[in-house]
Amino acid sequence: MRRWLLLALLAVNVAHAADFDYQLAPRQIAADTWVVEGRNEDFAFANGGNIVNTAFIVTGAGVVVIDSGPSRAYGEQLRAAIARITEQPVVRVWNTHHHPDHFLGNQAFADAPVHALPQTIADMQQDGNAFTENMYRLNGDAMAGTEMRLPQHAANAGTETLGSHRLTLIALSGHSAADLAIFDHSTGVLFASDLLFHRRAPTTPHADLRHWLASLDVLDGLNARVIVPGHGPVSDNAEPIRQTRAWLTWLSATFTRGAQNGLDMNELTDTVLPAEHAAMAEARAEFVRSIAHLYPQFELDVLERR
Amino acid sequence: MIRTLRWLVLCCAAPAMAASPTADPLDSARWEDMRRSFFPDAEVRFDTRIEVRGPLTAENPMAVPVSIDTTALPDVREVLVFADFNPIVKVLTFTPGKAASRLSFRLKLQQSSPIRAAARTADGVWHVGGVWVNTTGGGCTVPSTGSASPEWQQRLGEVNGRIWTRKDGNRVRVRIIHPMDTGLAASIPAFYIETLDIDDADGASLMRIHAFEPVSENPLFTLDLPPGLDALSRIKVRGRDNNGNQIDAWVER
Repeated sequence: MRRWLLLALLAVNVAHAADFDYQLAPRQIAADTWVVEGRNEDFAFANGGNIVNTAFIVTGAGVVVIDSGPSRAYGEQLRAAIARITEQPVVRVWNTHHHPDHFLGNQAFADAPVHALPQTIADMQQDGNAFTENMYRLNGDAMAGTEMRLPQHAANAGTETLGSHRLTLIALSGHSAADLAIFDHSTGVLFASDLLFHRRAPTTPHADLRHWLASLDVLDGLNARVIVPGHGPVSDNAEPIRQTRAWLTWLSATFTRGAQNGLDMNELTDTVLPAEHAAMAEARAEFVRSIAHLYPQFELDVLERR
Repeated sequence: MIRTLRWLVLCCAAPAMAASPTADPLDSARWEDMRRSFFPDAEVRFDTRIEVRGPLTAENPMAVPVSIDTTALPDVREVLVFADFNPIVKVLTFTPGKAASRLSFRLKLQQSSPIRAAARTADGVWHVGGVWVNTTGGGCTVPSTGSASPEWQQRLGEVNGRIWTRKDGNRVRVRIIHPMDTGLAASIPAFYIETLDIDDADGASLMRIHAFEPVSENPLFTLDLPPGLDALSRIKVRGRDNNGNQIDAWVER
């Protein structure tokens, strides 16, 4: 019996030793507030899907975590990184939206309540398993053992105080059907979710450009001291808002003009990106993907003479 | 045994390595089947004048944008579009009338595959060009949106379109509401547009299209007239699906 236990323990150890090492290094950006910045890339075997920013606040009444990352291994390593910084328990996890790089680390937080907007939970139920399969294909072995774990609690918009931090949850949309932004009044930090991209072209598979631009106005009105975008470096000014707005506005104008001139998708692919946008990471690839996501609606508006 | 195997390997590799005009530049394992089924007795040449454009990776396997242009080749009578690895290989054929031999549309792709256009010239020779498109797949076995929606069924066969005057000639875009069901999604029979005639106001053919199941739902066709022709005032779109439903509409400028 004891030998079996030993063998079982060894097996567990071997499994963990083989886990992809994300080398997560939380960086403190404000009082009690830490960010783990992902790479400004697309999903790949080499980065194990770590292209996303996650964050946590050590509130004094426990740790709150904002997004759990792209895989079980990432979630576990995030949790270990938190434990190296504080002994406070994780009392809450928020998933900001239903894209897989933001919630597939949930397995590592099985003992903590995970919250998300109701529409986010519904979309995860619909798309989550297909997303997870796709993440295995894109990120390879780093995904080992990852399964979707749904949030159990519906997040409500509004303000609540946790320890020494007064947090406002803002229910927005546009990047996806439901995007949760969190503003910490105590530090002036805005966790913007994927409503903001910084030095990296925005992704649009479930985007509604009009709603997204309206959400940017709301974020702008917060006058945050520090901005944590969903992807790209943390900023101490409004540059991520400006860049995201400029990209989306240009995308909308380009698609409108293309549809009005009768261009087909492959012709639109030839568009020369303005230097400002071309300088963003993954600019050309995301532009081409956005044509597939968004251009058909612009075409219909013209063909149906709306 | 080992020697036999090596001999086999060499044999199999040889056709792909040889730089003959009949070797498939896309190196597809299905090419020989394609050649046998579509061009059993005709001469076939790979020809760089046949332009096929598509994305390197299909972001949406239900609607992969494809643009065919064979205008660099004179005297094209018919163009056949097919995808080697699709469960239904044949996508469409078109016969250019007054329109240039050029067509853009979208197709459903089930797995990564070459997408090819073969243009038959007056001498009976088929000229083939193509491009590989990668995809995560599933485009042919997913039910159409229309198959599940009564609202779309009421609009079946509705035509929307526009005519543009461009510096290199008239452009026409026509979109028809139709589910284009492949018959490969469970319990949904094949239901697709078979023929489509696009004519000018005097009844002269601009282009005739024979479509098959892989053409995307609510097909959108983009075609061009050569420069120098009068501006089109309006065009007539007529067609029929495999259930006998008629399409008949004018598209105004």
